[in-house]
Amino acid sequence: MISILAFYLFATLTIAPALAVVFARNPVHSVLWLIVSFFNAAGLMLLVGAEFIAMLLVIVYVGAVAVLFLFVVMMLDIDFAQLRSGFTRNLPFGIIIALVLLVEIVIALFAHNAGPALGNHPIAAASQPNIVALGQLLYSRYLFPFEIAGLILLVAMIGAIVLTHRSRGDLRTPKVSRQIRRRPQDAIKLAEPGVGEGMKL
Amino acid sequence: MIGLGHYIVVAAILFTIGVLGIFLNRRNVILMLMAIELILLAVNINLVAFSAYLGDLIGQVFAMFVLTVAAAEAAIGLAILVTFFRRRGSIAVDDVNRMHG
Repeated sequence: MISILAFYLFATLTIAPALAVVFARNPVHSVLWLIVSFFNAAGLMLLVGAEFIAMLLVIVYVGAVAVLFLFVVMMLDIDFAQLRSGFTRNLPFGIIIALVLLVEIVIALFAHNAGPALGNHPIAAASQPNIVALGQLLYSRYLFPFEIAGLILLVAMIGAIVLTHRSRGDLRTPKVSRQIRRRPQDAIKLAEPGVGEGMKL
Repeated sequence: MIGLGHYIVVAAILFTIGVLGIFLNRRNVILMLMAIELILLAVNINLVAFSAYLGDLIGQVFAMFVLTVAAAEAAIGLAILVTFFRRRGSIAVDDVNRMHG
């Protein structure tokens, strides 16, 4: 009973904020609604026992991607009212497309419902924790794709840095090679000035 | 009893909202990227639900890869957006004609 209630709660709170993401006037609000939606999607995944993916969703999406969106939205000085100018013109057409798509997917779902795979079997109890099982799979059979995923993230990081980096002309950075090349005998001069003569530079 | 069908319907609605978002915010790249995130979230819900109800963990492994690619895509997309904004002072999709495409 409580799991049914939790499912409907999470499902509603995933879908309603997703609508708010699309229809919000202010993009900052859109990002915040996106965060709400992701949190509740993580709840949905927890209900079927996918703990690792749920935590990954919270950490990666809410902790990194949504904050990245928030940074960009707040950092760029954009006239969002002007960007919404085509919104009402596209609205009827967009809703028609969306409804057609939704009906199509649901029809496909129920047409396939006769198959054995989509029957409402209860979820089998796992013999070991989700994270342990996932780790064993990930580090043995899927080790190579796992490494490739890490490489993709590395490439994305380097790409983002290269794209947004700009070399400014007005910075006075130290010249490292000159600093290293400098020797004590070039830099230090020992002198013994006579009394009353003063130092000659 | 919550079955696989419930999860697929939720994912389908989320996917549709994402497609709708791309259609409605044709000029705003940031909102388009957010709509793409919603679509990928729907895909992930589908993968996780199937993986749970079929008792096969590979779906969750694949969901993790989808998550990885989504994160990389968001990072690169936003980096391109920042560079584009610096150059043109706007993020309207209509202005993206530098390469005369």
